[in-house]
Amino acid sequence: MTFDVYLNVVVAGILTGLVYGLMALGLSVIFGVVRVVNFAHGEMMSIAMYLAVVLFSSFGLDPLLMLVPIAAVMFAFGYVLQAGLINPFITRPEHTQFLLVVALAIIIVNALLIVFGPDARTVQTSYAYDSFQLGPVLVDASKTYAGGAAIAFAAALFAFFRFSRVGTAIRACADNYTGALVIGLNVKHLYALTFALGAACVGAAGCMMTLIVDVTPIIGPAYTLLAFVIVITGGLGSMAGALFGGILIGLTEALAGLMFTPSAKSMFAFAILVLVLLFRPQGLFGQRLS
Amino acid sequence: MTSQKHPSRRRVLAGAAAATTTLAVPAIVRAQTKGPLKVGVLLPRSGFEAAIGQDCQRGVDIAPPILKSLGLPDLSIMNGDTESNVDVAREHAEKLISDGAQLLVGAFDSGQTTAVAQVAEQKGIPLVINIAGAPAITEQGYKFVFRNFPTAVRITADAFANQKEVFAIAGVSPKTAVFMRVNDTYGTAMSKGVAALMPKFNMPYKILEEISYDPAARDLSVEVSKAKATNAEILLIVGRLNDAMLITKELIKQRWTPQAILSMGPGWYEDQYLKTLKKMSDGPISFVPWYDPNKKLAKTLEAAFTKAYPTSNLNTNQVFTFEALLVAADAFKRAGSTDPKALADALRKTNITDNVSVGPGIQFDAKGQNTKVKDSAIQNRGGKLVTIAPKEAANAKPVWPMKSYQSRT
Repeated sequence: MTFDVYLNVVVAGILTGLVYGLMALGLSVIFGVVRVVNFAHGEMMSIAMYLAVVLFSSFGLDPLLMLVPIAAVMFAFGYVLQAGLINPFITRPEHTQFLLVVALAIIIVNALLIVFGPDARTVQTSYAYDSFQLGPVLVDASKTYAGGAAIAFAAALFAFFRFSRVGTAIRACADNYTGALVIGLNVKHLYALTFALGAACVGAAGCMMTLIVDVTPIIGPAYTLLAFVIVITGGLGSMAGALFGGILIGLTEALAGLMFTPSAKSMFAFAILVLVLLFRPQGLFGQRLS
Repeated sequence: MTSQKHPSRRRVLAGAAAATTTLAVPAIVRAQTKGPLKVGVLLPRSGFEAAIGQDCQRGVDIAPPILKSLGLPDLSIMNGDTESNVDVAREHAEKLISDGAQLLVGAFDSGQTTAVAQVAEQKGIPLVINIAGAPAITEQGYKFVFRNFPTAVRITADAFANQKEVFAIAGVSPKTAVFMRVNDTYGTAMSKGVAALMPKFNMPYKILEEISYDPAARDLSVEVSKAKATNAEILLIVGRLNDAMLITKELIKQRWTPQAILSMGPGWYEDQYLKTLKKMSDGPISFVPWYDPNKKLAKTLEAAFTKAYPTSNLNTNQVFTFEALLVAADAFKRAGSTDPKALADALRKTNITDNVSVGPGIQFDAKGQNTKVKDSAIQNRGGKLVTIAPKEAANAKPVWPMKSYQSRT
């Protein structure tokens, strides 16, 4: 096999990994601050995907243009979900939180099945079949736009947490819950805001994902699992880790498919997860807990 | 001492009760074995094979008036969803039987059908397979499993024979192929069939590489890159609908149009494939069990289908699902009972010559397999499907090579 083939596959793997990374970023943000493991993460993404599909099929609105509005809708959904449903469970045992979000995931899948039926839905944009020729590399146009949007969205999120006052307050909550309460921060509001930001991330990722894959109501659980593999590899709670983990898993799957057998590409992603758990349990970018 | 010459009143009452019970039993049994026959139809109505499952369901929906016109008894259909999952298929087969199903039909996918066949045999309820090609299903010595669909080996053998006919008509002799296949039960069975039969058919091409992949995959870009890198003249495929659409999209994006796409399975002729990809769906040739457009019942079925679904094409999914119900209704009529054993005995003696699929008709051998059903070669043309081989059933000539995807955009 020629070097060009490897180059093509590497580029495709990185672009897909960027979208994976953005999706996992939401999970990492929520866990890093609220300390709730969101087992309904992929299912929330499927809501965003259906929103994108409906807006496209009904009004011809391109998912890339709908990225911000859908992220905003998911932001509101996330805020209401955290403030109304999850906040009362924050101080309860972890297994009750687990059951709550798993129940939520099942409800989402079945609600989507009832509303949209089991058939796969697709978005056929004008650039669905386009690709760019860059020397020997053929780059998928949809993946390029999706990857670019993922970088822009992740950069905005990083900037928000790094430079805004609210972002700093959220980080303070994550660092020291009691301290945040002592200095008078409205922790419940900040938790809801964080969950909303995580939901917005997954909303944006869902929008971009419709450019790459068809959506079905049962697509969610597979992406929840994928998001966990990514954030555990990158480091639970680490934003940079989530993005890097996404790229690493995307790249690993692509290269494993090319060099070995495509049937076993997921096996390699899980093999990386096992290695990380064995030799760096806190994840590649995570901090070791004392 | 009690005299035994004259029966006591208690004895007379007990005897009368026993006699009444004895006389009543056959009536109860008769009542249980009267129709309509409860047929549990198991299909992948959701999950990654949902579109094909729904397509098969159309064959169920249009069947009742046709079966009635043939003088066959009514069937009471009980729907079951395998959710494209082997374990769910097994559970739902058990549930349908416990809910009163007296015969099962299904289940499209070989893996799911294997699970359903095990349940049917265990419970002694006949299973009429609509679509499933894995040879092992009818090699287990089952007494309640009947398949009116060719095995993977037969599909492969017919595919090679029809390919040679297509090559001869088109005046081509491709030298290289890349073989992409799903890694499920059907794909694996087909792979073994290809390896075993290709030398016997002396095919002009050599398979440069075999690429297996997950039928539920969300992205097949790497697989297509790998296939493209072989620079093969033809793309040989055993897949399903979801992956057929993904592969086509990748072929377009990666700017690779092989001389021909030769599919030996579902996916490439399905309605959703044609409607979703529109002009990009043109060209692939499928080697599949099909219907004989010249048969009387095929014309009836096609007319009923076109009336019910004016924008769709009749295909394998409806043809063989309909025929499974035809087989069930015919056996029920001859058995005159819903008793599973009587139904199985009647199924074993099936001899339907007025049918839809290609071949002399429907009969089952000792293993429960119809060995006479044949395949055709069909090509996608402008959203329609034309038969290009075998010669006796053909209504068009093959277009070779395929028109480049780039020239269609």
